[in-house]
Amino acid sequence: MSAAGSTARACDGCIARSWLLARLGGHLELARARIEPVLALGDDQLIAAVGGEQRASLVRELRRLETDQLRARSERAGLELICRCDPGYPPRLAALVRPPAVLHIAGTLERFLSLAAQNPVAIVGARRASPYGLEVARALGRGLASAGVTVLSGMALGIDAAAHAGALAAPGPTIAVLPGGAERPYPAAKRSLHARIRRAGTTVSELPPGSSVWRWTFPARNRIIAALSAMTVVVEAQARSGALLTAGFARALGRPVGAVPGRVTSPHASGPNGLLAAGAHVVRAPQDVLDILFGAGARLAPLDHRPALAPELRPLLAAIGDGHDTAAAVARAGLAPGDGLAALAALELAGYVRREAGGRYTALL
Amino acid sequence: MLARLTTFAIDGVDPRQVWVEVDIRPGLPAFTIVGLADAAVRESRDRIRSAIFNSGFEFPQTRITANLAPAFLRKVGPGFDAAIALALLAASRQLPPEALAAYAVFGELSLGGELRDSPGALAVAEGARRSGLARLIVPRERAREAAIVDGLQIAGVSSLRAAADVITGGELPPLPPAAHEPAPAPPRDPDLSDVRGHAAALLALQIAAAGGHNLLMEGPPGTGKTMLARRLPSILPAMTPAEAIEVTRIHSVAGVHAGGLHRARPFRAPHHSISPAGLVGGGAPPRPGEATLANHGVLFLDELSEFQRASLEALRQPLEDGSVTIVRGQHALVFPTRFMLVAATNPCPCGFAGVGDRCRCGEADLRRHQRRLSGPLLDRMDLLVNVARPTEDELRGPPAIDSETARERVARARARALVRLADTAARCNGEMDVRLVRRHVSLEAPAEHALARAYAFGTLSARGRLRALRVARTIADLEGRDPVTRDDLLRALSLRQRGDAEAAVA
Repeated sequence: MSAAGSTARACDGCIARSWLLARLGGHLELARARIEPVLALGDDQLIAAVGGEQRASLVRELRRLETDQLRARSERAGLELICRCDPGYPPRLAALVRPPAVLHIAGTLERFLSLAAQNPVAIVGARRASPYGLEVARALGRGLASAGVTVLSGMALGIDAAAHAGALAAPGPTIAVLPGGAERPYPAAKRSLHARIRRAGTTVSELPPGSSVWRWTFPARNRIIAALSAMTVVVEAQARSGALLTAGFARALGRPVGAVPGRVTSPHASGPNGLLAAGAHVVRAPQDVLDILFGAGARLAPLDHRPALAPELRPLLAAIGDGHDTAAAVARAGLAPGDGLAALAALELAGYVRREAGGRYTALL
Repeated sequence: MLARLTTFAIDGVDPRQVWVEVDIRPGLPAFTIVGLADAAVRESRDRIRSAIFNSGFEFPQTRITANLAPAFLRKVGPGFDAAIALALLAASRQLPPEALAAYAVFGELSLGGELRDSPGALAVAEGARRSGLARLIVPRERAREAAIVDGLQIAGVSSLRAAADVITGGELPPLPPAAHEPAPAPPRDPDLSDVRGHAAALLALQIAAAGGHNLLMEGPPGTGKTMLARRLPSILPAMTPAEAIEVTRIHSVAGVHAGGLHRARPFRAPHHSISPAGLVGGGAPPRPGEATLANHGVLFLDELSEFQRASLEALRQPLEDGSVTIVRGQHALVFPTRFMLVAATNPCPCGFAGVGDRCRCGEADLRRHQRRLSGPLLDRMDLLVNVARPTEDELRGPPAIDSETARERVARARARALVRLADTAARCNGEMDVRLVRRHVSLEAPAEHALARAYAFGTLSARGRLRALRVARTIADLEGRDPVTRDDLLRALSLRQRGDAEAAVA
C-alpha cells in the first residue's frame, strides 16, 4: 500500500492491471465479441494473447510501472479506488470469473459501497428509444428510488439516461457504470446528468482516469452492471442491443432478469419480448420489481400522490395511453377542441401526461 | 437658359424630392449629368438624346448640364429620364418653362420616346402630395396606382410627346380604365372553410390573429401546416386605408405589385435558402426584404429548422422593433416590418416523431433538431400547436368554421384588447410587456391556482408564465370575458412554447 491517501484502497498488482487494460486499448478491439473470457486472463497471458509485436515492450512497461504516480493521478481526478483484494470490495462483483481489478469511483467510495451493498437494480435499454420507452424507464427509476432501491445503469443516451434521471427526480441516489474513465462524462451530451449523478450518487469505472472509450469497453462495462446489480430490467431494446448482452450476463450469474413487455409489431420491443419468451420476469411497474427482489408485497412502491382524476378526463387519458395522436385522442374522447386543450393541460398539471417537445402528449406511468 | 422640374428618388421605400435642373449654355456640344447619379442615371443621357430626336423634338447642339439636387442623395435607377428630358426641352424653349412648376414627373424613357413602366409610382405620388405639387406625370401603366393618393391630379402618359403635350396644353388625359376591374372572378382567397379537422390548429390560428401572437406549428410533413398558415390572413381584420397604401407602396417599390390598391393582407413565404439580406432587406441599393414585404401581413417560415442561423438571427430586430435599419455608407434606411410570424417545422429530423413507432431518430438527432430550433426566434413565439393528420371521419365531415365567422370573432376580441390597451404602446395582447400583463390580466382564483401549480411543477419557466398569461388574456377576449378563467389558462398552457418548460430530462 502506498501513501497516496486513505481513499486509495488498491494494491499495486490491481493498479497495474487496470493500467494494463487502458494501455492495451485498441489491442483488445479484436477480442470484443468474447471480451469476458479475455478479461479473465492473467496479465502476462493477456499481453501474450493480444500484445502482438509490442509484447516485449508492454511487459517491460508493466514491470517498471510507478503505481504511486497512478494513484496520485486518480486522486487528482477526484476518484477514489478500491481493488478486489480489499475486504470491502462489493461481494456481488466477486461472482465474476475475474472481477474488475480496481473500481474507480467518483462520488464517494463510502457512498458507493453502501449503495452497492443493498439491492441495486439495473435498468438498461436502447439508445434509440421511443417516448413511451423513455417514460417507462423514467417511471421505473423514480418508483424504485422512492422505494429506497438504488438504480444502476450505464448513462448511455435513451433508456439508461432516463432511468438515472427518474431516480434523481425521486429524489434518490443512482450508480452509473461508465465505459471510459469515471470522471469523464460519456456520452458528452450527458455532461449535466454526469455532474448530478456525481453529486447525489456515484459513477464507476474499471478503467483509470482519462481512459478513452473503445468498442470492447461497452460489453466489459455491461458485465459490471449485470454483476453489481441484484436484478436487471430491460425496458426497450432492438434485436442486437447491448442491453440484451447485460441481460445475458445477469442470467449467466443467476440473477433475476426482468423485461418490460411491448407491442409485438414494434422493433423497440423485440428485445424485451424475446427475453420474456425465454422466461424473464414481466415488469409493468416498480412494484413488479420490488415483488421479485423482496417477495410479493414485502416492500411497497410509494402510493400515487397524484390528485384523483376527474371523471370527464378519464376517456382522454385512456385515449392518450392507448398511443393515439393528441388530436385523435381529443376527438376520441368526444371533447370540443377548446375543451380538449384545457383537458390536456389539466391532465398535465395533475401529472398524468407529459407534453413532449412537439406539443404532443404521452401518458405517464 | 435654365429650367427646373421636380421628380422623386426612392430611398428604400420612401420618396425623396429631387429637383432636376437643366442649364443650356453656348459651347461645344456636351451633355453632363451631375448630382451623385449611379450608372443607370448616367446612361440616361443616351436614352434622352434618342428619345428627344424620335419624339420629333430637337436636341440642342450646345453645352448641356443637368443637375440632380440635393447633391448628397444617391440617385439610383432610370426613373429620372422623363424629368431630365422635359426639363431639357423647357431649357431649350421647346416647352414653356414656367408651366413646369406645377408638375412632378416620373418614368424611364425608351429610345423611341415611349414612357416606360418603372416601379414605385405610388411612393412618388405620396411624395408629390406631401410636397404640395398639383400634378404628377407617370407612365400610363402606373396611373391607377398613383391615383390611389388623394388630392393629386395624375396624368398617365405613354410617351415623351404626350407628356410634353400635357405640360403645354394643361389638359390631363383620362385615367386608363382599370385593366382588370371586371376581371373574371378574382381567385378566392384561401378560406378556413376549406379546412377539415385540425381543431387545435384552427383555435391557435384564431388566438394568434386575435392577439397578434406569433405561432409555431409542428407536425409531420404533409399534414397541412402550410395550408393552415395561408389562411391566417383571411381571418385578420381588414387593413385600414393607411395600411393598405403603405403595403401597396412597398410592394410597388419592390416591383412585386402593379395596379390598384393592395387590399389583401400580404402573405410572404420565403424559401428556407433565403439569405439574411433577402429576409430583412439589404443589397446596394438597399431593397426591402421579405420581412418588409410582409409588413401588416404574415411572414411564414416553412421548415424553420432549415433556415440559416444568420437569417433567423437577422429577424430579431424586425420582430422586436417593428422596423429594420440598414446602414450603407453614411446613409441609414428604415424599412417597416410589422408582421405576424408563423413558422412550421417537423417535430424531428425524420418528421415522424409521435406518429406511432415511425420515428427513426435517436436522442442525439432530436437534440440537434431542438438546438437548431431554439434560440432568439422562439422567444418571440407565444404559441406552439401540434398539427396532426386529420382522421378519415374529419375529412368527410363539415368544416368547423369559415373565415368570415372567425374574422368577426377576431375583430371583436381585438376591439376589446384595443379598448383595454388604449393609453399604452401595445396595440394587441401579444405586445403586452410584464408591466401591462400585471395590470391587465386578472385571473380568477382557480386559474391563479392552476398557474401557481404549473409554475411550481417546473412545467413553466418565468418567461413561459408571462407568455401563458398573454395568451390566456387573448383566449378570454375571444370568449368575450374580462376575468381569465381556469379553462382559458389551461388552454393557454396546452399551447405553450417548447422552451417554456424547465429541462424535463437531463
